[in-house]
This record gives sequence, structure tokens and C-alpha cells, in this order.
Amino acid sequence: MEAVQGHDDHSHDHGHGYQGGVMRWITTTNHKDIGTLYLWFSFIMFLAGGTMALTIRAELFQPGLQIVEPEFFNQLTTLHGLVMVFGAIMPAFVGFANWQIPMMIGAPDMAFARMNNWSFWLLPPAGLLLLGSFLVPGGAAAGGWTLYAPLSIQLGIGMDLTIFAIHIMGASSIMGSINIITTILNMRAPGMTLMKMPMFVWSWLITAYLLIAVMPVLAGAVTMLLTDRHFGTNFFNAAGGGDPVMFQHIFWFFGHPEVYIMILPGFGIVSQIIPAFSRKPLFGYASMVYAMSSIAILSFIVWAHHMFTVGMPAAGLLFFMYATMLIAIPTGVKVFNWLATMWRGSMTFETPMLFAVGFIFVFTMGGFTGLILAITPVDIQLQDTYYVVAHFHYVLVAGSLFSLFGGIYYWLPKWTGHMYDEKLGQIHFWLSMIFFNLTFFVMHFLGLAGMPRRVPDYATQFAEFNMIASIGAFGFGLSQLLFLYIVLKCIRGGVKAPARPWEGADTLEWTLPSPAPYHSFETPPVVK
Amino acid sequence: MSALGSNRFLLRKLLVVAAVMFGFGFALVPLYKKICEVTGINNIARADTVENRQIDTSRWLTIELDANTRDQLPWTFSPLQKTIRVHPGELVHVEYEISNPSGSAVTGQAVPSYGPQLAGLYFRKLECFCFTQQQLAAGETRRMPVVFVIEPSLPDDVNTITLSYTFFPIEGRG
Repeated sequence: MEAVQGHDDHSHDHGHGYQGGVMRWITTTNHKDIGTLYLWFSFIMFLAGGTMALTIRAELFQPGLQIVEPEFFNQLTTLHGLVMVFGAIMPAFVGFANWQIPMMIGAPDMAFARMNNWSFWLLPPAGLLLLGSFLVPGGAAAGGWTLYAPLSIQLGIGMDLTIFAIHIMGASSIMGSINIITTILNMRAPGMTLMKMPMFVWSWLITAYLLIAVMPVLAGAVTMLLTDRHFGTNFFNAAGGGDPVMFQHIFWFFGHPEVYIMILPGFGIVSQIIPAFSRKPLFGYASMVYAMSSIAILSFIVWAHHMFTVGMPAAGLLFFMYATMLIAIPTGVKVFNWLATMWRGSMTFETPMLFAVGFIFVFTMGGFTGLILAITPVDIQLQDTYYVVAHFHYVLVAGSLFSLFGGIYYWLPKWTGHMYDEKLGQIHFWLSMIFFNLTFFVMHFLGLAGMPRRVPDYATQFAEFNMIASIGAFGFGLSQLLFLYIVLKCIRGGVKAPARPWEGADTLEWTLPSPAPYHSFETPPVVK
Repeated sequence: MSALGSNRFLLRKLLVVAAVMFGFGFALVPLYKKICEVTGINNIARADTVENRQIDTSRWLTIELDANTRDQLPWTFSPLQKTIRVHPGELVHVEYEISNPSGSAVTGQAVPSYGPQLAGLYFRKLECFCFTQQQLAAGETRRMPVVFVIEPSLPDDVNTITLSYTFFPIEGRG
């Protein structure tokens, strides 16, 4: 197939064209185009989910009900979670996989290029179903992003739209994962053995297996919800002999591997950035691979730590508590290896490195609150409080999102052919870091003091901390507009990027010119 | 095998894994049922057994009986006595009456709950209409028993226990 001439707003040369305008993007089978589509889609969903978050924080700025009705507030918390998890974080990492994996393993494209196109184009309809559910009678799903029965059985048609959206996004993820696994296993350049693959590729290989194992389980769970709602089955309906707790078991069998799906590719990105800016090879490569694999395997046996209060027998509580604590060991190995990579390295702190080091700092804090929550008696006290909200935003925002930002700054010169504005990038990092902590650090105190999550109103003793959190949230949200500006500015122009803008970066994509040509590695490179 | 062929082969294998995991989600339901049955967890819809039949006559408990219906179930449902006084360890027999004044047969399932919740652990039901679904023909009235024992080990600060039943309609079964 002939390649494509650049779109107007993509001034860099794509080669020779056969289709212009919108049709280029709809029909594209090029991994770089599809990666770009994924990244823009996820950024739009990120803004949508962020707008919901800011509406939530505006309501919580003061005690009492000021801005939204409680019913609408519940819809906002639910959709904020769903949109950020399935619309923003996951597609963003798939976007990275599309752009980077073929270039990093020396392959010309993804294994199934047309299926790749389909995987992406399933997402916009699913996103529209989710966001459109606000407009139907009864509004969007309002039972929390975990869709717990029996609330999810009772809610209106918005819940059905959510279920369909999850089905579609699940199909998209599974196709994407099959593509990624096949590409990695079958299309590596000669000489690149599995244990020579860049860490980002390893992280995605493991993540893709997790996705194939658990996305179908979620699809099954929401299918059961659907039949309970409309076809007279009683999987979760207590009156008909079903069990609402059953839903929680199935959901979290998906849900816990899912949280590693959202962090492992982040680990991979950070493991590329830290060696590049420390000018040293990654410390303990093999142990990193084993650590990620053990995290992935352990993720299947810890699901019930999300449900310590459902009334499990003590043996179950103990098992899930110890299994959960076990995960701290491989995670600790990873953090140790990152620190050891930096040890006595010739470090410089460009924006990607700032985000990577910031990631280690705040992600580890989130990891420690995770350990605290793993302790059953403590968790029973803290279940469904703001402490939990603080914990998972430390690992999801400061973990996944910061690693995504770091990765974007790291590879933007390769993608666009221009250097981003380093000064603005660093300002973006510091604004994000400070406002992030302002928003979420105080939530630990709110949770310890007993403020429940998912409530639009609260007792007045929580007023000060909530006000601080809301100010932080607006600062954090607005800082991301600066990020949009930096990316757009970098796409439109700037200092010409050399093939290898980071002197410590040694993976295959840096042997290509910047911007990466539309078709790369048509003859595979040989890895020694 | 050609490159394309081996890609397709891997694609098929991974699709099978995905399909199996979809089935596994459903298989969890009977799997959990079996595990709960074998280990005796979650046995609210099964008759309990009572070993210690020592009646503690020094202690009186008030049992309040409560009855509700849910989701437009067209039944009237009430206990014959609203409150009874019993001793811990005593075998107690109470009756409820349901009638179906509607023009068609309806199936329902009663779900018990206890106040205080903790008392549920000491409430041993030997027989209960909540163990099975109840089908009432049009216009039928039925008296149904509950036979229970309150364990004498019930904490001293519990003097009143509310046993509340809610009948839910079972859809799709006349």
C-alpha cells in the first residue's frame, strides 16, 4: 500500500499520499496514525472526565448542596471513574503501544493492521454511549464505577448504555491485546531475544496477557447484569436466589488485574526514561521482568481485599490480606531497581525525567497507603472513606498519568520531529506535582477522620480540607490546558529534533530519523 | 509456517483464551455456590441444626415479627402475632399468613433480615418458608411456619430481636 501525504495540521512529511482529509484517519492501518488517534481520543476523554471531577470538587468546595443535585452528583462520580479508566488511561497506554512497540522491536507495523484500525474505531462509539447516557431519562449510571448489584440492577436505561459501552470497549481492548502479543512474539527484529526487549515492550506483553484474561470476565459480569435487568435471570438478585456479593467477586476478579493493567505500562515507560537520563543501563533488567510477571500473577489471587466488609470467614480475610501484602515485594524490587539505576548516574532533569522521578516519589506513597489498606482490621475502618480515594488517585493519577506525561515528553521529539518547550514542560510538571498533592494529600486526613466517599454533602468539620482539595483540583485541571498548549506548540513547530535527542537513550526507535518516517523498519534491523 | 500463517495461528489461540475466560466469568457463579455449600458459608437459605437445647429460663427475649412485600408484589403478608416473648434455647413456632388477591398465580421469595444484625448469628431456623420459593395461585391464602431457636450464647445486651421478612416477586415464573 502507498503511504499518505500529511494532513494540513501535520506539517511533517508522511511520504506519498493516497487519501487525504478525514478519510485518511478513518481508513488508516498505519500504527503511528492509530497511535495518534488513540492518544487524542484519550486526551478528549481525559478532559471530559476531568470536567466531571471539577464539577464534583466544586460541589464539595463547601458543605451543603450548592451546584448539583445529589442524584446528578452520583452520576458524576460514576462516570468520572468509568471515563477515566476505560476512556482515558487505558486507550492512552494502547496509543503508546501502537506508536512505540513496532519501532522498539524493529517491526514495520502491528501484526494485524486492519484489526488495529477496528480496535480504535470501536472506541468513539463506546465513548459516545458513556457520555450520551447523561441525556437519557433517569440520567447516567449512578451506582459507582464498580457497578455493584443491586443498585446496578435497579438503575434506569443509562445503565444499559454503560453496559453496552463496556462490552464495546472490552472487545476493543481484547483485539488490541491480541495484536500487541502477536506483534511482540512474532515480529521482533533478528537477534532481539525476549530478554533483550526494551522494558516498555515487556510491560506491554504482560499487560496484554492480563487484558485477555480479565476483560472477558468483566464482559461476562456486565452481561449477567443485563440479563438480570431484562431477561428474568437471577445471578445477583437475592429474591430469586442470586447473590449481590457474587457480583463483587466477579467484578474484582477483573478489577484487581485491571489496576495493574493501568500501571504496568507506566512501569515500562518509567523504566525507559530513568536509564536514559541517568546515562546508565537499567539496573537489574531480569529482576524487573520477573517482578512484573509476579505482580501480574499475584493480581489474580487478591481480588477480595476490595471486599473485606462483605462478611468473609476469617481464613479468607487472612489469605487475602497476606496475598495482598506479598505484592509489595515485587513492587519494592522495581522501586529499588529504579533508585539503583539513578545511583551514581550522570543525571539530568529534563521534563520526562522530572515526571519519572516524580512518579517514583508519589507512586510509592500510593503504594504504602495500599499496604495500610491491605491490613484487614484497618481496611474495615477505612472502607469507602476518602482514604481509599486518596490511595487510588496516588497510584492512578500520580502513577499512571504522570508516567504517561513523562512518556509523551520523552517521545514527542520522535513523533513530531520538534523539541517541546523545555521551560513550559518543567512548569507543567511542577504545577501538576504541587496541585496534585494539594488535592489528594488532604484526602488522607479526610478519610482517617471518617468522611465517606461518593457523597455530595459532608459534616462541617471536614470543610477546610475539602476546600483545600477543591482549590488543588482546579489548579491541577487548569495546568493540563498548559500541557495541551505545549503539545500543540510542539506539533506546529519548534527546534528541529535530532534522531537521538536524549544522549542516554539506546533503544531502536532512536536510530530512526525524527520525526519517525511514516513507514519504518521495512527491512528489519539486526540486533547484536 | 509463513509469518502471516503463524500470526493467524496465534490470533486464533488468543481468541480461544478470551472466549474461555468469558465462560469462566459465568462458571464462577456455580463454582462459588459449590464452595459455599461445601464449606457451609452463606447458608441463609438452609435449615440450621441445634445441638445445645438447654433452655435459659432466667432470661426473656422479645421477638418482633415484621413482614413486607416489595416491587409491586400483589400479596398481603403478615405474621399472626406481632410480638412474642421467648426464652433463649426454647423451640419457638410462629406462623405467617400470605394471600394472593390478584387474578393470577405469582411466585415470590422471602428474604430474612435481623435487627440488630448481629442477632442473625444466634438465630437458628429449623424450618422456614424462606428456604424455598412460594407459588400462590390466584386468590390462594396460605399459612406458613417458621421454627427457630435463639442460641443461649446470645450477648446479654440484646433483649429485643426483630425478624423481618421481605417477599420479592420472581419474574418470569407465573
